[in-house]
Amino acid sequence: MPKLIIDGIEVEVKQGLTILQAAEEVGIEIPRFCYHDRLSVAGNCRMCLVEMEKSPKPVASCAMPVGDGMVIKTKSEKAVKARNGIMEFLLINHPLDCPICDQGGECDLQDQAMAFGFDKSRFIDNKRAVKDKYMGPIVSTKMTRCIHCTRCVRFVEEVAGVTEIGATGRGEDMEITTFLQASLESELSGNVVDLCPVGALTNKPYEFTARSWELNKTETVDVHDAVGSSIRVDSRGREVMRVLPRLNEDINEEWIADKSRNSCDGLKYQRLDTPLVRKNGVLESSSWGEAFDIIKKRLIGLNPNQIAALVGDLVDCESIMVLKDFMSKIGVQNLDCRQDGSLIDTRRRSSYIFNSTINGIDDSDCLLLLGTNPRKEAPIINARIRKRFLRGDYQIGLIGDAFDLTYNYNHISKTPEGVTSIVNEKNNFYNILKNSNKAMIIVGMSVFTHPDVNNIINSLYLLCDKTNVINKDWNGYNVLHTCASRVGGIDLGFVPGKSGKSTKEILIAAEKQDLKFIYLLGADEFDAKKIDKTFTVYQGHHGDRGANVADVILPGCAYTEKNGTYVNTEGRVQLASKAVSPPGEAKEDWKIIRALSEVVGCDLKYKTIDQVRKRMAWQNNIFADINRVYDDHSFFTGSSEFISSIPFHYPIKNYYQTDVISRASKTMAECTKEFSLNNNKRVEI
Amino acid sequence: MLKDQDRIFTNLYGDFGWGLNSAMQRGDWDSTKELISMGKDWIIDEIKSSGLRGRGGAGFPTGLKMSFMPKEESSRPHYLVVNADEGEPGTCKDRDMLRYDPHKLIEGCLLTSFAMSSHACYIYIRGEYYNEASNLQRAIDEAYESGFLGKDACGSGWDFDLFLHRGAGAYICGEETALIQSLEGKKGQPRLKPPFPAGVGLYGCPTTVNNVETIAVIPTILRRGAKWFNALGKPNNTGTKVFCISGHVNNPCNVEEEMGIPLKTLIEEHCGGVIGGWDNLLAIIPGGSSVPCLPKKTCDTIDMDFDSLKGANSGLGTAAVIVMNKSVDIIAAITRLSKFYKHESCGQCTPCREGTGWLYRVMDRMVKGEATPEEINTLEEVTYQIEGHTICALGDAAAWPIQGLIRHFRPVMEDRIKNYKQSHFTSAA
Amino acid sequence: MTLRELSASQPDSFSFTDENFSLSKRIIKKYPEGYQASAVIPLLDLAQRQEGWVSKPAIEFIADLLQMPVIRVLEVATFYTMFNLQPIGKKHIQVCTNLPCLLRGCDQVVKCCKDKLGINFGETTNDKMFSLSEVECAGACVNAPVVAINDDYYEDLTYDLMSKVIDRLVQGENIKIGSMINREGSSPVGNKKTLLEDPNHMVPKQDLLKAKADYEYQKKQKSISKGNN
Repeated sequence: MPKLIIDGIEVEVKQGLTILQAAEEVGIEIPRFCYHDRLSVAGNCRMCLVEMEKSPKPVASCAMPVGDGMVIKTKSEKAVKARNGIMEFLLINHPLDCPICDQGGECDLQDQAMAFGFDKSRFIDNKRAVKDKYMGPIVSTKMTRCIHCTRCVRFVEEVAGVTEIGATGRGEDMEITTFLQASLESELSGNVVDLCPVGALTNKPYEFTARSWELNKTETVDVHDAVGSSIRVDSRGREVMRVLPRLNEDINEEWIADKSRNSCDGLKYQRLDTPLVRKNGVLESSSWGEAFDIIKKRLIGLNPNQIAALVGDLVDCESIMVLKDFMSKIGVQNLDCRQDGSLIDTRRRSSYIFNSTINGIDDSDCLLLLGTNPRKEAPIINARIRKRFLRGDYQIGLIGDAFDLTYNYNHISKTPEGVTSIVNEKNNFYNILKNSNKAMIIVGMSVFTHPDVNNIINSLYLLCDKTNVINKDWNGYNVLHTCASRVGGIDLGFVPGKSGKSTKEILIAAEKQDLKFIYLLGADEFDAKKIDKTFTVYQGHHGDRGANVADVILPGCAYTEKNGTYVNTEGRVQLASKAVSPPGEAKEDWKIIRALSEVVGCDLKYKTIDQVRKRMAWQNNIFADINRVYDDHSFFTGSSEFISSIPFHYPIKNYYQTDVISRASKTMAECTKEFSLNNNKRVEI
Repeated sequence: MLKDQDRIFTNLYGDFGWGLNSAMQRGDWDSTKELISMGKDWIIDEIKSSGLRGRGGAGFPTGLKMSFMPKEESSRPHYLVVNADEGEPGTCKDRDMLRYDPHKLIEGCLLTSFAMSSHACYIYIRGEYYNEASNLQRAIDEAYESGFLGKDACGSGWDFDLFLHRGAGAYICGEETALIQSLEGKKGQPRLKPPFPAGVGLYGCPTTVNNVETIAVIPTILRRGAKWFNALGKPNNTGTKVFCISGHVNNPCNVEEEMGIPLKTLIEEHCGGVIGGWDNLLAIIPGGSSVPCLPKKTCDTIDMDFDSLKGANSGLGTAAVIVMNKSVDIIAAITRLSKFYKHESCGQCTPCREGTGWLYRVMDRMVKGEATPEEINTLEEVTYQIEGHTICALGDAAAWPIQGLIRHFRPVMEDRIKNYKQSHFTSAA
Repeated sequence: MTLRELSASQPDSFSFTDENFSLSKRIIKKYPEGYQASAVIPLLDLAQRQEGWVSKPAIEFIADLLQMPVIRVLEVATFYTMFNLQPIGKKHIQVCTNLPCLLRGCDQVVKCCKDKLGINFGETTNDKMFSLSEVECAGACVNAPVVAINDDYYEDLTYDLMSKVIDRLVQGENIKIGSMINREGSSPVGNKKTLLEDPNHMVPKQDLLKAKADYEYQKKQKSISKGNN
């Protein structure tokens, strides 16, 4: 390990680190613009110049590997003078429009200019002006402000895997652009806004709406997919102004997907803000008391078998727990949190979670994707897979439709029959799995909605067994969920009881009018026409498919408006925090159900959310530990089964509109128009 | 004066054919196989002891550079890349070698590649040299046809392929890492060093980039011996060099002369003197546009070699001598170079991208005198803010000519500013 | 031409002629497998030779052929100044105005072009015959002033000589390329003092056998002295 001296401090660091990284280890921060620790080194801004003994010129610390015996001075006159010079160069052509720049207050250039800049400009000629570029509905550009750090160019090529941004021309005429100013086609495009050290690339929907210092910042988790990315919700008053990623090395590193970031305007529209009851076929405003009374009347005299409850995709675990308890009290067994009708094996926890963990992708040595399009279903996980792929020596196989996943893979088969060929050792991927220590299999939701689901899963279990995908050090069997509430729902047992009906059966019963009462807790993603003859209570936050067919509507809270627990696809229990108050008379969801239970006459005695959480931990002890993932290496036993050639039916048709919030979002509607409807080569409809 | 028999480029003016037969008559491809059979170490050591320094501008010892390559080829192939992207204003020496003596270069490529365990070489020629490239390509074809290149080149047992690659108009591609980038099909933006090309170069493989002239003299050095070359010129600045003398001389020309020849002798002897006589001389840029100019006083006595010119705060560079007599507006002349560097900056790193434009804009006003005397200081400071802070040497190259101007002609700039103010004041009144 | 952005008017499509297509395949073969992107400059050049300029469909065609992201090809096309991104006249007159040419009177050559053609830098004559560009150092400085017309250099120009060149181009006559004052290469006019001897002889050679023996001996001595240390 090389030893070097930085500003008089002796440091011993790993071989291969750069001076800048070594300095960080001893708490010396070197200013930088182009350097970013998750991107390749460009060394072009030159802001990180430091003095190195024996070198006549200052060196770029972001690019210079450490060497034994180096003596580095980051604050010497020479180093500071060099940086002052760079700062002056960066500013000569940078507009002085900070007062109207969205980056103001959180701008690297502004901050560094305070530290290294001059108080006046010596440049008296005209400043450069650059035409703005169109990059789509998510990224707004003010290219005159660009300092050519190329972070955006490197991000889209390296992390997002779509080489669509480049720098054309040369010299001072160099301009950042997409080819012919096409929209940036990536589910991760919004991250370039965070990466841009200046106000050249800004958040288009958020543009000119707020100043960063007037925002309330709430750390919470995202619910638009089952990844559970760490986010920060910035709000002003009752309005969510924007959503930003939060660093979480275990999950999203520092990226978030575009839907997580930019569907937040959907929280403003189509909201249910008062109880509604259907009178003469029309929904009318009502009071909580009246709504509860109607529900109570409807419940009286029903056989529990005529009642059912479905839990939707964005629901917090507390509400699921309380609803389950309520339903149990009145004897209802027709419960399901899998409104897509999927038949996920819920017998053991390891059969329905992403066992390898997201970080485990980095350690894995081969990957089989089955019936999944991770790019749409979990863009953050897809970026991790790409990151692992780029490191090399990584075989990826895919069974299902041949999507553009931003990395290369062997397309084994379009239909699930490929599983049979691998299990029967007829496909070479069998050997790839067999010969690796940390093989991963990622199973998508389309497998669980496939008519042959049991046969596919049994064959998969056999494959895991034969190829050691699950061993004492590693569990490579992974289910990739698409909904934030699904794993929590299963963990809490919100699945059909012994004689209970599953989603499919509930819907059939409803069509036959055997079912008299259905309670939808934020459930919108199913064919609601099937229940239009059934008395329906919809509890949720958006007027969408569920609310359309409802007879009574109880307005609840969106994920930004309540404290709640979510379990991500890894089985990681995470807490979401309330950022803003819900609109109108909307209430926290678990409280609504508890209040209803009281009206109905089977009072659940919860007074606080802590009591509900204790109940959850009693129901399933995983809820006792927050943010933890459990190792579970239970082995499955499987069998070789016949698998039909029916193709998969994928859960996500349009990435930008998958839930009630994103469907209410204008930004997501624009993205849909831009990417999913028009002349698009990648979206599958 | 160097004797004709000691000149390497005997067809510098194209008096004779450039084809294989003519080249062989002039002694090219003579006992190449025997030279190869002397072994890699011998070749490298012979070049080391010849004292040959790179002819592309920086003057790095060629033998030493060759020895930076890994000794034996591993799984990664080795590459020799020849830099024929001649574009430094004032420089046109490689052009004559490419069009009139291509076989010297081709033979040099084989010998150098062999010594560095390389089986493939790319010659990167600037796109504008279309006819030169066409001569060179035909010469390469001839060499293949005669078995001098390809499998078992010259019967030496060494397989060697030589490819010509044309650029498309970017001065910066003369910088070795930018050239590699360009050859890989990217924009010619220099790479960060380290890693150096000898470790990670073309296609991520060990690579050495050499100037045309450096490679083209190697066969003759090996044939005649390091001692012969070493005896020419001055210590540490040995051998012969092709000088390009342009501008205000009576007979601009390229000429091969001994290193260390006095500048005055070079001009008086070969170029018919300065237009209007030596006393009409204003300044000379001795090594291509990038190096600071020298005032007449220095030109009187200076010798044309790396170390002497470095001692005079300038450089030998590409040995392109741009002569300016007293008819020249020196500020305008240097401004033209500033415009050039602004045009050729690749735009990658901040000081060069922003600085070259700043320099040009200030210089443009300085030509008219539309500035303040303090701005001369600002201008000078800006050049030092660029110099040494960029990824490649283009930043330095943009800074030096202006530093030279201010160093030697500051009073001219001050007068210009004064005059402008006066005329402005007068016309306003 | 100086405008480094794609032309506003673009053809619908581009593809290589059969001949150029097979030529492109040969060009790609010059580079190791997996590194076909190296051919991007030669192929853009080939497209320009075919059409006169580099169009958007040509960029897309080449990106497709080399399996490169199209933005990367655009970067290359806009970086290198020899690629004409706008349609251009049959004869592209590229006048070097850098210092060595400036010192030898390139302003007169520029003036001549502008006078005779009635266009400025970056413009094309109405008959689409001539385009005029200012270029940086052409690398023929001792033969300044220099003008490149398409691929060919015309050197040692004056106002009158340039005028003659244009006249003959208009007439469609052939002009001998190179020096307009019949100078041989870059030799000093009328003052040649070097290369007067006949160069057609073998270069004097060192005795390679002796050199080898000396070399081996020295190597041995070195290793002995090393061993002693």
